[in-house]
Amino acid sequence: MTDVLDVGRIKADFPIFERRVNGKPLVYLDSASSSQKPRAVLDAMEYHARHHYANVHRGIYTIAEESTAAYEGARRKVAKLLNARATSEIVFTKNITEAINLVAYSWARKNLGPGDPVVITAMEHHANIVPWHILAEERGIELRWIPLTDDYRLDLTDLDRLLDGAKLVSVTAMSNVLGTLNDIRLLADAAHAVGARLLVDAAQAVPHLPVDVQAWDADFVGFTGHKMLGPTGIGGLWARAELLEAMPPFLGGGEMITDVRVDGFEPNEVPWKFEAGTMPFVEASGLSAAIDYLSALGMDAVRAHEKSLTEYTLSALEERFEGRLHIHGPRDVEQRGGAISFLFDRIHAHDVAQVLDEDAVCVRASHHCAKPLMRVLGVPATTRASLYVYNDESDADALVESLAKAEKFFAV
Amino acid sequence: MPGLEDLYREIILDHYRAPRNRGELPVPPARKAEGFNPLCGDEVVLYLDIDADSGVVRDVKIEGQGCSISQASSSMMSAAVKGKPVQDARQLIRAFKALMSIHESKLEGESDGSDLTAELEGVRLGDLEALQGVVKFPVRIKCATLAWNTLQQGLDEREPAEA
Repeated sequence: MTDVLDVGRIKADFPIFERRVNGKPLVYLDSASSSQKPRAVLDAMEYHARHHYANVHRGIYTIAEESTAAYEGARRKVAKLLNARATSEIVFTKNITEAINLVAYSWARKNLGPGDPVVITAMEHHANIVPWHILAEERGIELRWIPLTDDYRLDLTDLDRLLDGAKLVSVTAMSNVLGTLNDIRLLADAAHAVGARLLVDAAQAVPHLPVDVQAWDADFVGFTGHKMLGPTGIGGLWARAELLEAMPPFLGGGEMITDVRVDGFEPNEVPWKFEAGTMPFVEASGLSAAIDYLSALGMDAVRAHEKSLTEYTLSALEERFEGRLHIHGPRDVEQRGGAISFLFDRIHAHDVAQVLDEDAVCVRASHHCAKPLMRVLGVPATTRASLYVYNDESDADALVESLAKAEKFFAV
Repeated sequence: MPGLEDLYREIILDHYRAPRNRGELPVPPARKAEGFNPLCGDEVVLYLDIDADSGVVRDVKIEGQGCSISQASSSMMSAAVKGKPVQDARQLIRAFKALMSIHESKLEGESDGSDLTAELEGVRLGDLEALQGVVKFPVRIKCATLAWNTLQQGLDEREPAEA
């Protein structure tokens, strides 16, 4: 297999791969949970902290100006990566969970009332379920679910009925469990046709695919830094400028105001209206470096690499284990990303992951914060291997060998 | 670094492959308790038939699904408490929890082991001691204790009526 990425060189950029676990090189297959960090990201944060650490948007001294410039520079990079219309359409948050909650607490509380339908899907992460459950309890909104087909895709047969009267459609661009890629443009058109807004959970999409919020014609898009080679503690929300303008503030505090009096306050302009308190600006510099790193590889190349590695991994699993290993996700790599969930018929996901750990193979074994989906699949948990830019066939081979060991160990 | 054989002792795999006391009991007279591990989705459904006069656990049945550790621990628990007075079952719960947690606190460098000695005094854990290896894998302790917490729940349910 000729690879569009030079994975050997990429791996050398990530200090963690110098580590040995149980005397073995790390086989890191849990990037859908959180990705590893290249040296450039770690260096960028250290540089910010050592060279011009000062709070942003406050001081008028040199290092404060530099710190602010770095923070706003990160915003420009995100805006460019997502093809936003304006830099002011990017609001930084702690992570995507906070980004979705921002929409739920600000936009939805202003615009939704009793009986207003919010449409989500059976493959959502808890972060795109629980905020709507909370709103259902508090405001009496009606939560509707787009079901799945037998081949792990959204079943759009009844879409017209589900969208009837809908005010918001909130959907993942790529399932963190199944790997399924959803047709966001189609859902945006359908939502807009009934006057609903579209929120996209792009936590798994932004790190792995070229994302263009204008081509999607979405209204809100959330993402998180730590899954895209960046640090923890920073993520964000892209939203159409006119929506952000009309939305009330979410968290109150410093920076999000233009004036505070004893009898009230005036909110700051967007996007700062939504950035209360001291923001993670050191982490923003890390995110900047992560975007530079991904952009240098090229998001098209990242997607092409993962597509061919996903094909290789799926084929290797099928050949070695035939019908004994059940893969929960679409088979066609055009319709999926590199999050691969699987289950042996008679071995629990936890036990599989435990055996894999002995070989330094890092996978996730859980319900992946998608319990409604687990119920649809009829399983308590799955084991998930997820691929990224630093993985190659040797990682897939190590996974297969270690799984063979697990199967043998637990053979009845 | 503890190896797989520390965790998956042969007796544990035996209970996992051939779980004892699988099934259900009619409720009532039996009572039912359910335990969940929210992290991994494991569940234990426990049926207890307790003789009201003698306070003896006449029968135990277990349903549910989970990993080898949670299922083996459930199976071993059922075998250990079946036919025993409720009082003994409670003592076993305390002893088993001590067996699991004493090593947790040892990691913190806090306990000298006297709690464990006190809890284990006069208690024969037998096969259950095979689960001691679990404490070297802290994430899995919850798997091992699930059945015991569920048993505790099942026994406690009766307390108000008794009082």
